Amino acid sequence: MDTKQLKIALRNCGITDPENIEDYISGDGYAALGKCLSENDRKQVIEEIKRSGLRGRGGGGFPTGKKWEFAAAGSDKKYVICNADEGDPGAFMDRSVLEGDPHSVLEAMAICGYAIGSDEGYIYIRAEYPLAIKRLRIAIAQAEEAGLLGENILGSGFSFKIGLKYGAGAFVCGEETALIRSMEGKRGEPVMKPPFPAEKGYMGKPTNVNNVETFANIPAIINKGADWFASIGTEGSKGTKVFALAGKVNNVGLVEVPMGTTLRELIYDIGGGILNGRKFKAVQSGGPSGGCLTEKHLDTPIDYESLKAAGSMMGSGGMIVMDEDDCMVAVAQFYLDFTVEESCGKCVPCREGNKVLYQILNKITHGKGEITDLDKLKNFSEVIKSTSLCGLGQTAPNPVLSTISNFYEEYYDHVVNGKCAAKQCRALIEYRIIGDNCIGCGACKKACPSEAISGEIKQTHLIDQEKCIKCGACIKKCRFNAIVIE
Amino acid sequence: MSCCENNIQIKETVRSICAEFNNDPNELIAILHKAQNHFGFLPKEVQNAVADAVKVPASKVYGVVTFYSYFTMVPKGKHPISVCMGTACYVKGAEKVLKELEKELNIKNGQTTSDGRFSMNTLRCIGACGLAPVVMIGDKVYGNVKPEEVKNIIKEYVPNV
Repeated sequence: MDTKQLKIALRNCGITDPENIEDYISGDGYAALGKCLSENDRKQVIEEIKRSGLRGRGGGGFPTGKKWEFAAAGSDKKYVICNADEGDPGAFMDRSVLEGDPHSVLEAMAICGYAIGSDEGYIYIRAEYPLAIKRLRIAIAQAEEAGLLGENILGSGFSFKIGLKYGAGAFVCGEETALIRSMEGKRGEPVMKPPFPAEKGYMGKPTNVNNVETFANIPAIINKGADWFASIGTEGSKGTKVFALAGKVNNVGLVEVPMGTTLRELIYDIGGGILNGRKFKAVQSGGPSGGCLTEKHLDTPIDYESLKAAGSMMGSGGMIVMDEDDCMVAVAQFYLDFTVEESCGKCVPCREGNKVLYQILNKITHGKGEITDLDKLKNFSEVIKSTSLCGLGQTAPNPVLSTISNFYEEYYDHVVNGKCAAKQCRALIEYRIIGDNCIGCGACKKACPSEAISGEIKQTHLIDQEKCIKCGACIKKCRFNAIVIE
Repeated sequence: MSCCENNIQIKETVRSICAEFNNDPNELIAILHKAQNHFGFLPKEVQNAVADAVKVPASKVYGVVTFYSYFTMVPKGKHPISVCMGTACYVKGAEKVLKELEKELNIKNGQTTSDGRFSMNTLRCIGACGLAPVVMIGDKVYGNVKPEEVKNIIKEYVPNV
């Protein structure tokens, strides 16, 4: 099962003891930092990262080397920030790296500091990750003790210290300008770019922000060379990507695969197929900013461009598999519920527009949708995408657009035929008793909280649809499979 | 939780917390984390005291407290219940578990029971997607929770019932 996996970012997770720096050092730990400090000048380090083709693993996919190059310009005080505000529901790649291999992130941040000319870094981490925080604290203390962080590292004259900053539960803080404001003790509201953080970031100084997984790749690239890294993956997307495979799939958990692996290989060969032998329906990648892909997309290779072309995105690595029991309208509504709650409220298209999208979806799942609503959803989505201030708003309608385009019949069924094929939308289903199976035991009648079931003992019972609140209590009690959902 | 401290004590405690961070307004979030750890929640009095100490308007402190979901202005129950509403939990039926909890405790999401024993909220992914759907009570994690198991789980926290 593991033959399709290749571990670079997760190379040490579960192998080295995260609370013991010597364990990390014995496996080539801090060798990359040492190599940079003794053999390479700053430009060579940036050149090496550029040549490797590494792109931002937080979802955006911006070339990391280029980002470093921008931040390296000028001689002002600069900051290196590690974005560990992993807020995507259904994603825990960064947490695993921080808990399992904190030193690789510290080492990479120091390399970045050397390359861009910074002496101070911060890790912005979710307060919801107490174990990761604890291990980072231990790792920082050990690295300082060993002279691998702090003043005059390895006698090179280069100094670099790392501190922790805590998030407080705001999804939008994953956006780098919002993250920087949050680090400054403010509400995490994004600001217009430009100026980019590379020019004017934390405390108004040039700042380079990278994601945890991006950093975790850096020491391996320095140690094994850019050519090695660039030989893995596809034309435009190099290296590997970590995914948190979850949902209706047999093997759930973290997987790291070379770019270019197909969704089918990921779900069936590594994930072991769909749970309980059910039928695959959709796979959602990219979290609330991504989209749902279908059966016909299963042979899409995983890379930044292909996923985008198919109507989803790489995102930070959440990969949720859905089966035929999942209603795609309800799934879109679930994501919009998330976006509405997490929108910071600063710009109108995101704050108000997403609320409207949510209301329309809510109408549809409650059986009150009209065919014109589908056009409205599309129009609103396009406006929100093109006019929102930050990445959150610009991508928030993606779950709606991707489900409408890939599952149009399902939306149509909801608004025109009043049917929910997945039987998830309560307003669109009916509980019925099959006369042939009902023996008239009365168990369902007793269980019904709204007295909707009538019938004498040993006679076929009947559900009054007017009174039925569709709670499902009857179906749980029936031992004769006499109640069905239609 | 020191909810009975009077205003003077609150101010004193907050002042010493803020002093640890040099009364630096850039450290506001760290200060609020520490204050919430101590008091259990961030009522108006605490926010005012923080505002005084770091010399920013109370409105700014309130703005930050209300912006971040981790901060709360109402006291949590003795056993805070968190229902994960991440995508993996959602597709595995977290909503039904939430409904069952609401029914069992007779409170809505975000509320605290009148005896102060339980409070309930939803959160977005604790990163235990392999165990979906997940419910946390205090620090204890319950995985693969089925709606019909809710009653028994709650019972663990109610003496003599």
